[in-house]
Amino acid sequence: MITMTAALESHSYSFWYGPTQALHEVSCAIPRQAITALIGPSGCGKTTFLRSINRMHDLTPGARHSGDILLDSGSIFAPGTDVVDLRRRVGMVFQRPNPFPKSVYDNVAYGPRLNALSAEHEVPDRVERALRQAALWDEVKDRLREPGTALSGGQQQRLCIARALANEPEVLLMDEPCSALDPVATQRIEELLVELKQAYTIVLVTHNMQQAARVADFTGFFYLGRLVEFGETEQVFTRPTDERTEAYITGRFG
Amino acid sequence: MSARAFRRQLVSRAMTALVVVLSLIAVLALVVILGDLVVKGASSIDWAFFTKSPVPAGQAGGGVANAIVGTAIVVGMAALIGVPIGVGGGMYLAEYGSGRLGFLVRFIADVLNGTPSIVVGVVAWTFIVKPTHRFSALAGSIALAILMIPMLARTTEEMVRLVPNSLREAALALGYARWRTSIKVVARTALGGIVTGCLVGIARVAGETAPLLFTALGNLNFTLSVTQPMQTLSLQIYVYATGPFDEWHRLAWASALVLMGLVLVISLTARWVTRQRYGRVR
Repeated sequence: MITMTAALESHSYSFWYGPTQALHEVSCAIPRQAITALIGPSGCGKTTFLRSINRMHDLTPGARHSGDILLDSGSIFAPGTDVVDLRRRVGMVFQRPNPFPKSVYDNVAYGPRLNALSAEHEVPDRVERALRQAALWDEVKDRLREPGTALSGGQQQRLCIARALANEPEVLLMDEPCSALDPVATQRIEELLVELKQAYTIVLVTHNMQQAARVADFTGFFYLGRLVEFGETEQVFTRPTDERTEAYITGRFG
Repeated sequence: MSARAFRRQLVSRAMTALVVVLSLIAVLALVVILGDLVVKGASSIDWAFFTKSPVPAGQAGGGVANAIVGTAIVVGMAALIGVPIGVGGGMYLAEYGSGRLGFLVRFIADVLNGTPSIVVGVVAWTFIVKPTHRFSALAGSIALAILMIPMLARTTEEMVRLVPNSLREAALALGYARWRTSIKVVARTALGGIVTGCLVGIARVAGETAPLLFTALGNLNFTLSVTQPMQTLSLQIYVYATGPFDEWHRLAWASALVLMGLVLVISLTARWVTRQRYGRVR
């Protein structure tokens, strides 16, 4: 058996929006090269936790936290941590597809160009690689100059995934990436996620429990700002140790 | 049909008719102004009108070349000064202006927006013309820029606020610093609206007279020197229309037609830019 090392660790991480405490002492270890789903009813804190991992809360007025989150054993809050570098290592895909109003190509090239990861002549290769990884290349290879906003919703979301992958991140955060998509587009993204976990650590927030059961290796259940249960998906869905988890996954509330 | 339904339809028709009539009246003003200008001014527009400077009072002929070039210079310099400051201020207000300083800047911009243009002219005279002991095109441009800045700041702010927050987040999540996000993503996305706002602002000040009376002053001769008094179309119209000679009145009408045409062209360009921007995406 291969021992799974943690890509991300959360140690008693609490979070406040002004006076409101949104997260209470969240502790967990998110394994490398696996899909970890975060589930729970609306307002339970799962998105807040997700957005903490790449410090998207930095610009939220009144936001503060205690505890720590470690990426590759290094604190993401350590003084001297470069947020720009952190966000390059931790990519993010949002709930609604949000391509820039530019061409398909430019959308994907945004990250590599900014981060000067590659010389300008390498950018086309990286764009192609990212689009292939996002299973979008065959559909857009003849339309690279068209605006990204002209693609269908599902394609736009895969474009956003490609945009994140072009930065060659270690971790991919996904905030309900399928909630604005139809079932066919959802299925494509799910297949894509399973492929991507070969190379990436994926943290997936989802409202859709079936989706978590289908794709996730590990599942965390958030309730009222607490991480109630965290474990292998199979165990969480078939033998939950907490009665609140059981109530939620059997549809008694939420 | 019940009495209620009948009444409702009657009121609906009456209201529709009312707003149509009011809109027509509003449009009529533009039609009358343009028509009047064309009738009285078009006949005086010939090649000499555009190429010659004014001749001494009482003589026939001459043109307003000095005023046309002067308008271009004075308004152009005003745009050079006003657009960067106005657009930059608007970006600040929209992206960073949530604190007390933002509130203050917004408040001042609003007050400045409502300040009568003649007051701005007097202020420019006090702080520029008087200390330098000379009327100049540059002083006029600064006065116009002061009028332009709050207008541009507020329209830029509105346009930038229309940019969906999800785009900002997307750029930040890719590792863009905040200032770079503002420039590369937010400003780029709002560019069409910002350009439109600038053109509308330029068109607004191109017709201003009052602030120029104390600053650019006017000049009957052709000049390109921005440190000298300079003629503009609006000043030309003011002087000629209030003067005693029929020849002057004739030129005033023609100048008014040219100025109106200029403003219309700028406004139509603004429309075109807006359509380019919003017609392309989706």
